[in-house]
Amino acid sequence: IGKITGCVFPLQGAGQDVGRSCILVSIGGKNIMLDCGMHMGYNDDRRFPDFSYITQNGRLTDFLDCVIISHFHLDHCGALPYMSEMVGYDGPIYMTHPTKAICPILLEDFRKITVDKKGETNFFTSQMIKDCMKKVVPLNLHQTVQVDDELEIKAYYAGHVLGAAMVHIKVGSESVVYTVSVNKYAKSHISAWIDKCRPDILISESTYATTIRDSKRCRERDFLKKVHETIERGGKVLIPVFALGRAQELCILLETFWERMNLKAPIYFSTGLTEKANHYYKLFITWTNQKIRKTFVQRNMFEFKHIKAFDRSYADNPGPMVVFATPGMLHAGQSLQIFKKWAGNEKNMVIMPGYCVQGTIGHKILNGQRKLEMEGRATLDVKLQVEYMSFSAHADAKGIMQLIRMAEPRNMLLVHGEAVKMEFLKGKIEQEFSIDCYMPANGETATVTTNPSVPVDISLNLLKREMALGGPLPDPKKPRTMHGTLIMKENSLKLVSSEQALKELGLNEHQLRFTCRVQLQDPHSDPDTLHRIYTHLKSVLKGYTIQHLPDGTVMVESIVIKVSSSAEDTNAKVLLLSWSYQGGEYFFTALCIVKRLMYQ
Amino acid sequence: MAAHLKKRVYEEFSKVVQVTHEEAPAKKLRLSKPSKSAALHVDLCKASSSTDALQYLLTFSRKPVEAESVEGVVRILLEHYYKETDSSVRLKIASLLGLLSKTPGFSPDCIVDDAINTLSSESKKHLDSFTSGNLSDSSFGVRTKCLQLLGCLGLLEAPLAAMRDVQSIISDYFGDQDPRVRTAALKAMLQLHERGMKIHQIIYDQACRLLSDDYEQVRSAAVQMVWVLSQLYPESIVPIPSSNEEIRLVDDAFGKISHMVSDGSWMVRVQAAKTLGSMLQVSPHFLEQTLDKKLMSDLRRKRTAHERAKELFASGEFSSGRKWADDAPKEKLDTNTVNLIASGACGAFVHGLEDEMFEVRNAAVEALCQLARSSPSFAEKCLDFLVDMFNDEIEEVRLQSIHVLRQISTHITLREDQLDTVLAVLEDSSRDIREALHELLCFTNVSTKECIQLALLELLKNLNKYPTDRSSVWKCLKFLGSRHPTLVLPLVPELLSTHPYFDTPEPDMDDPAYIAVLVLVFNAATSCPTMPALFSDHTFRHYAYLRDSLSHLVPPLRVRTDLFLQQSLNRVSTIQNLEAAGAPELLDLTIRDLQRLGELQTELAGAADFCATFLRCQLLLMKALQEKLWNISVPLILKQNITVTAVLDESYKLEFLYSGLENRQVATIHHVRLQAKALQLILAARTRHGLDSLISSCEKFLQDVESFQRLFLTELPHLQDSFVEKLLELLPRLSSCKPVEQVKILQTTLRQSGLLQLRLPEQIHRATATIIEPTGESDNPLRFTSGLVVALDIDATLEHVQDPQNSVKVQVLYPDGQSHVIHPKPADFRKPGPNRHRLITQVYLSHTAWTEPSQIEVRLLLAYSSSCSSRLGWTDAMDSLHPAEGTVEGTIPFSKHVKVFIMPKPARR
Repeated sequence: IGKITGCVFPLQGAGQDVGRSCILVSIGGKNIMLDCGMHMGYNDDRRFPDFSYITQNGRLTDFLDCVIISHFHLDHCGALPYMSEMVGYDGPIYMTHPTKAICPILLEDFRKITVDKKGETNFFTSQMIKDCMKKVVPLNLHQTVQVDDELEIKAYYAGHVLGAAMVHIKVGSESVVYTVSVNKYAKSHISAWIDKCRPDILISESTYATTIRDSKRCRERDFLKKVHETIERGGKVLIPVFALGRAQELCILLETFWERMNLKAPIYFSTGLTEKANHYYKLFITWTNQKIRKTFVQRNMFEFKHIKAFDRSYADNPGPMVVFATPGMLHAGQSLQIFKKWAGNEKNMVIMPGYCVQGTIGHKILNGQRKLEMEGRATLDVKLQVEYMSFSAHADAKGIMQLIRMAEPRNMLLVHGEAVKMEFLKGKIEQEFSIDCYMPANGETATVTTNPSVPVDISLNLLKREMALGGPLPDPKKPRTMHGTLIMKENSLKLVSSEQALKELGLNEHQLRFTCRVQLQDPHSDPDTLHRIYTHLKSVLKGYTIQHLPDGTVMVESIVIKVSSSAEDTNAKVLLLSWSYQGGEYFFTALCIVKRLMYQ
Repeated sequence: MAAHLKKRVYEEFSKVVQVTHEEAPAKKLRLSKPSKSAALHVDLCKASSSTDALQYLLTFSRKPVEAESVEGVVRILLEHYYKETDSSVRLKIASLLGLLSKTPGFSPDCIVDDAINTLSSESKKHLDSFTSGNLSDSSFGVRTKCLQLLGCLGLLEAPLAAMRDVQSIISDYFGDQDPRVRTAALKAMLQLHERGMKIHQIIYDQACRLLSDDYEQVRSAAVQMVWVLSQLYPESIVPIPSSNEEIRLVDDAFGKISHMVSDGSWMVRVQAAKTLGSMLQVSPHFLEQTLDKKLMSDLRRKRTAHERAKELFASGEFSSGRKWADDAPKEKLDTNTVNLIASGACGAFVHGLEDEMFEVRNAAVEALCQLARSSPSFAEKCLDFLVDMFNDEIEEVRLQSIHVLRQISTHITLREDQLDTVLAVLEDSSRDIREALHELLCFTNVSTKECIQLALLELLKNLNKYPTDRSSVWKCLKFLGSRHPTLVLPLVPELLSTHPYFDTPEPDMDDPAYIAVLVLVFNAATSCPTMPALFSDHTFRHYAYLRDSLSHLVPPLRVRTDLFLQQSLNRVSTIQNLEAAGAPELLDLTIRDLQRLGELQTELAGAADFCATFLRCQLLLMKALQEKLWNISVPLILKQNITVTAVLDESYKLEFLYSGLENRQVATIHHVRLQAKALQLILAARTRHGLDSLISSCEKFLQDVESFQRLFLTELPHLQDSFVEKLLELLPRLSSCKPVEQVKILQTTLRQSGLLQLRLPEQIHRATATIIEPTGESDNPLRFTSGLVVALDIDATLEHVQDPQNSVKVQVLYPDGQSHVIHPKPADFRKPGPNRHRLITQVYLSHTAWTEPSQIEVRLLLAYSSSCSSRLGWTDAMDSLHPAEGTVEGTIPFSKHVKVFIMPKPARR
């Protein structure tokens, strides 16, 4: 009986909100770390997982067999350089090609903000990020990678963001599938699909466990309609975005819409990080959705036709335009500058495509505040229209259920979510699929016992022989018995024929014979009785070898029949039957026949 | 042991075959092509190893087999099948048998018959043992092929008591370990169904179980199987597992197939979505479940965008979409009622329409269409979803959903917010999409006057953005107006910007937008008598102008002209014969009237044109026969010769340019042609080119007369007092006398014969073509290097053209008189509506260098060939008798010339 343990990594004081992801899985004696995220809400040591929890004081490399990163969001990979360089880990780190490309950009950006701007020390350096990336082994989709002799991993597409993957981890016959934010239900960039691999555990995040979304098409249509109306009015549209993921999605959306509707107004994208990111989207075009891939026949969708790089001076240009600017919550930088310029005109519009943290300008205007206090006691009248669009690419409840239906896991492990929501999803999963569902809290360990099948080698000759006995095809509905000897030797199991087993083990064969006496009443003499038995057997048992031997015995296959009469009563005959262990089946047939003959 | 026994059985069996076979070589020799089967037999007998045999079979399978030798080949194959031990050879033979059974001219039953004949007593067991013996073969390929064979050949009649039923044999393999065999088993069952066998209902449960198979091919075939059974036993009752309830089988199957719409494999999803569309017997309750969707957010129920739109509409508020959090979740949900995974029919189409593969979405849209067409209530419900699809990211899906909405438009009325979404698509840059949408708007019902206003506004915007859509937009507004007169009425003052007290400036008559508004208003006015009262003076003037210039778009407001056509024709009928006095003038007048009528009344245009052309032929003949012309000298006859060719040309036009002709009209047309030929003969006689040629042309004419008589025997009674009737009376005399006399007789008959009455058929349409692109207005020459080609885009609408793929050609005339005829690709023809085609193609031009740009002419031709025009019923008979006779091929130009400026430059060295 095997055991798989999943352990959600402890983060001191981490709340239940979306933050970090770090899961430790022990499967078939292997330890695997799934994601190595950080918490954006803390500025001290608490932002990274407490790796001392794993080994106490040993080296991480000795304990972990590999680390797998599902996608490039910092709450899934942010602690990677810290772990590999500062704590010290030299084992392999697996991630997909796009993740490997984009991850260092984000890490570097993050490092710059924390170290250069906030002036923090005790943080990883650029060199550390580079060194860390050298330890990364890139994964291709559906490629089975052998980590060592027993552990193999295979990546599948997940929705969410470019390069996001589900990972199938297998040791022997035990397996685990890990997925974040699979995006099956709501149409997005990417489609998730997985084999019916029937893993022992499916680990999934459940942030949106209690949400079922409307079709994405409606949201997109609303978004496009709003932009279009503003442009037609001659207004300017500001879309504050974060550099990666959603920004590209919206770019594609607007780009196609412009193409479709033959619009001429310019679209600008604020430069910097985004340009680099767009470059990677261009390279990894094959990792995107059907529409984008289809268009690739003519041109690369990310070679934008209508979207141009933004320059500071463009903001004052007359006429309609659309601008994507960072950052997404309007708290600083270019997006804020543009916002200040445009806020006074009611023809203009700002569209917030995501969540805004409390305290940011984005949050204030979304809540209807029309007068903003700026630094230096200035106030800003907000006259432009404020819209909110939700384009979150996380899986909703239906997506998770679809995934379970596709993969058919034996157990389910939910992580990353509020207890109440998870409870609901857990109930649903247990009800619909009747499988066990676990939801360990932070630092808690969930253990799942598995029932691994034990592989046994069988010699080909034996198999062929046994096959020949019962017709050419095994009937899948009926189990068949076969004879053979199981040898357990040096950690391996072997099924061989008994002769070979004797030979291999150097043992002598022992003959086991059974005898049996049957009392009979028969007036005939001994040889006559024996002859009668012989002829009768011969007539009834066709196809068997029956011999009458000169020494007064009858042989039916391996059964020996002898007749002797007792001294006092010549009528009372004693039938002596003797059979070997193998001849057991025939014996009872022969006995019945003889008995029937005698009682006639 | 069993294997041993089986082997022995085989050995005996094959011996029997061989003996019977050797007894029957005589029969084999009787076959017309014995060599083939014999050669194969020899080859196979020679084959020492299985690889050799396989090689022979492979070479054999590449050669075609004549139908008559199939029988022999089959027998040899069967025989070798039993002898063969190697599974690959057996597999090849089994597949060959399957192939052979499909040879044209060979009924598959023959194999069974053949087997019965050859193997006599063993026959009953033959197919059975053949298949069942090898169905248990260990190679999946052999099993698959055997199942295929069983599907193709399984006995349709009730099997004999001793034999197992084919269906039960096949269904045993539903549980086979190899997915390919399971698929083959399902396919074999479907094959049996196709061949007319009634599949037992017990199969249903097994097929349903296979719906959850691990392999997609199996699931796909199972979906088909379940569908077949649901069509066979729609009304039987099946129990619902884990409850006591029972439902109709078709509903159950519908639920199960709906479930497959969220399958993991997109092929299966496509199949399932397609299949749903053809399950029309499903109960409405289940049908409506397919559109069910519940949204929630943090366990609270959320309204879908559709529901919100509907509420907004109901509350009279215009959709602002600007309210923060108007999609905020409302009431708390009972966790037990939430269905997370689609079970049964629940939300099948919601899933299908949101699938990430456009193939699935397309299939779902198609299925929605089929179901909605049969159920108005469902049509109403699926409207929201279809309208949503107008914004799909893939153009094909958008186009498809627009077409679908048009097809179900009779059942539905669009709400304002839905119309808004629909109209947004008018700005699409794809012409196909826009035109499909115009077509849709022609058939759409809207509910309020605001809708009309909105539609008009968007159409005008469209017109402004894409001026090439002009005709399509006008047409669309025409239908919109005539469909909703009462909704247009309150808008009229605003639309025409009239004021109760003040005169407003007169709008520009050439403004396409103004014309569009007028088209809408005038068409509404036809069925709304109070409307013209609201028009101002200049509106009436504009009406008169538009009625004249765009008569197909602007309907008559008061005058009735239906009877006019018949009256004109009656008037002509008073003309007794071709020489009557005053006849030419009357004909002239009538022709003019008819032409004008055709221009004014689009629906009568075909008939009027037809009559006018016919009368023109008569007039020409009449003039040609006038006495005084016959006295002039021979060289001047040239003019009459031209007349004859003109009449002949016109007669071909009459025959092939108009659709909806009956046999009677065809006879009339041929009659005219005969008259023209008679005239031709007379003229030929006068020029005296030599007696021989005269004799031969006389003979040819007589042949024409005969064939006319043969073809229109049934029509002859209607042709009383006509030229032909008189001619037929004189025919014995004609054929016996000399050519010169013949001509004399002809001349008098021709003069005395009366004017033939034309009876109009019910529906008659003239084939027309309008070249939209190139417009011919461009002053910029198309420059290209001489010797190379330049592609010229051609865009034309064709109306009432049958089989345009074969008959329509593009002609390019160069200034040097050179002309090219180009045959467009069949794919260039689109069919936007009934009787309408659209040709969007490219023609390649090339020429040697010119010194300065010049114009070429482009026009469309309608090719005809009198022998292959299948619409005329008499052609078959004619073909068989005189294949060469009467096959006249030619082309009729049926569009205007369009001039294109081109400039081939000399190539630079």
